[in-house]
Amino acid sequence: MKPTRDQRLWMYEAMYRSRRLDDAVLAAYMEGKTPVFHMGKGPLPGEMHQSFGQEPCAAGVCVHLGADDAVGAGHRPHHVAIARGVNLKRMAAELFGKRTGLSGGRGGHMHLYDAGVNFFCSGIIAEGMGPGAGMAMARKMTGKPGIAVAFVGDGAANQGAFHEVMNMVGLWKLPFICVIEDNKYGVSVSKKDSTAVAHNADRASAYAVAGEYVPGNDPDLIFEAAGRAVERARCGEGGTILELETERLHGHFIGDSGAYRPEEERKAMKDPIPSYRQRLLSDGAVSATDMAALEARIQSQVDEAMKFGRESEYPGASEALERLYA
Amino acid sequence: MAQSTADTGTDSERTLTMARAGREAVFSEMRRNPKMFLIGEDIAKLGGVFGTSIGMAEEFGTARVIDTPISETGFIGIATGAAMAGMRPVVEIAFVDFIGVCFNAIFNFAAKTHYMSGGQFKVPLTFMIGYGGGYNDAAQHSQTLFATLGHVPGIKIVTPADAYDAKGLMHSCLRDDNLTVWMVHKRLWGLGWLGFPLPTALATVPAHDFTIPFGQSRVWREGSDVTLVGLGLTVHNSLAAAEQLAAEGISAEVLDLRSVVPLDREGIFRSVAKTGRLVVADEDYMSFGVTSEVLAVVAERDPSVLKAPAVRVAYPDVPVPFSRPMEDFCLPNVERIVTAARATMKKGGKR
Repeated sequence: MKPTRDQRLWMYEAMYRSRRLDDAVLAAYMEGKTPVFHMGKGPLPGEMHQSFGQEPCAAGVCVHLGADDAVGAGHRPHHVAIARGVNLKRMAAELFGKRTGLSGGRGGHMHLYDAGVNFFCSGIIAEGMGPGAGMAMARKMTGKPGIAVAFVGDGAANQGAFHEVMNMVGLWKLPFICVIEDNKYGVSVSKKDSTAVAHNADRASAYAVAGEYVPGNDPDLIFEAAGRAVERARCGEGGTILELETERLHGHFIGDSGAYRPEEERKAMKDPIPSYRQRLLSDGAVSATDMAALEARIQSQVDEAMKFGRESEYPGASEALERLYA
Repeated sequence: MAQSTADTGTDSERTLTMARAGREAVFSEMRRNPKMFLIGEDIAKLGGVFGTSIGMAEEFGTARVIDTPISETGFIGIATGAAMAGMRPVVEIAFVDFIGVCFNAIFNFAAKTHYMSGGQFKVPLTFMIGYGGGYNDAAQHSQTLFATLGHVPGIKIVTPADAYDAKGLMHSCLRDDNLTVWMVHKRLWGLGWLGFPLPTALATVPAHDFTIPFGQSRVWREGSDVTLVGLGLTVHNSLAAAEQLAAEGISAEVLDLRSVVPLDREGIFRSVAKTGRLVVADEDYMSFGVTSEVLAVVAERDPSVLKAPAVRVAYPDVPVPFSRPMEDFCLPNVERIVTAARATMKKGGKR
């Protein structure tokens, strides 16, 4: 099924919102880190893995999801969190380590949780697989509607957790989708140097689940494949490995120049957002005026969220000792 | 397999093995709470390698008593996600040694999720784990590993020493909204194939449900000269040691920690302040272990209560050897505890 006009605009919004937030985060991250880069300095300290280029994956999948569903992301979670509808202001505040953040500053950018939209993260590669499948299992066991989706990178498909969990997803026909965002790199090691198969979707046959590979980093194509996977899960037909070709336009984290990538490869990378924007305009899905209004609205949301995060208070230092146990 | 012949008595006045008592709590909670389910290896058809789930698949069905593939990382992750989604999973891990293959799922995710989410996601998840050696099962099936789990913030850990505590602490774990670990020494459990259970591990157990608070130690035997701290099997070794010491005119108090986390620091200090001498026995490795933590309690509060240096009777810092004389040499047995207690009674203690 092809996306409707509204669905296409929803996807563009999700991608654009993620991009504008990442732009703002990048600028804020560099404050206090020049001329000498120190990861622990400035208003946004710590590792920062941004989503530049991978926005279509989250938008094209999450557009199909509703309130009953659950979504897990990994160490590069901004685009997924935003497409899932995580509270933007509280997310920004969490990045700044503020009391108003999603976790009151205990989580940080790799550990974003928003129970209101059944969203969680794990910063350890592939370790969101089990919890995601467990959320699918809880829905199946209690007869409640809803499916679960875990977003991982191509590197995660070489972790034990990936294989153990996919076997059980296939065995128990869990309503679960593993979305593999194939950005072709696990930090500095390329997929062709780390992975025995060309496409991780081919591994689906080992687990009796569906597998689909979507080339092109194209939201409209991802929408169609994700729609098939979501339908299978909702109908009780079981899980899917949905492998999406995408691009990591920046380094693994801010500060990684990506110098290990061949020059021609880096030059060949395409930013998926301007091209999709152009397509929407050419197709007449949106007028230039309306697009400008949409983008202005999103920019002001992002500005407001970043302002909220920046200006919120830090938690009291000794709040570190709270909330260990329920 | 794994059924003891030691259970006697009627429903109202019953002497049970720890296996029976622990199972009784799980049965009761499974009946009470439809959100609870069991998941792990060999639990449905076999009833658990150590008999933890005998009869449960028959009563609750295999939709709630789920045999898994041998994939600890996978099913512990799945159980954690189910717990985050409102279920109350109980995970069977026959041997604590196996946490080596799935430790990331435990310590980086299950234990940290409540904190990292700022309290948004609860993880009401219980592990039932067997531990301990003394039956020549060697280095990968005999470990104790309290400290390995206890070192990680966010996990509550109990280890009952008799059938009464086995039931009460199991209820406490299953009703808690956190990751709880219920650990039982295999030789206390009451398994036919590990010999008749120690008589002191049997107990009269009420038929009704009851809980025991976390972090509350138990004085098994009062004494005035030396405190013998133990947990699990070393409680029974300490009781036997106390008998021998009594014959020598030494009055030993036996304190059972019951909880590793939270640790009853008040209870430990109260007893040591009374007796002035301390021996801690534990089957886990010595360094950075439970024995170290118990000594730290006294050192931090007031070391001047000690009339002699405290002594640790723990597993030496080597893997568990297979050969019987070597393993017996390493275990925190009665003789080592007696020797340690005698040393504290000499002026200046053990040097």
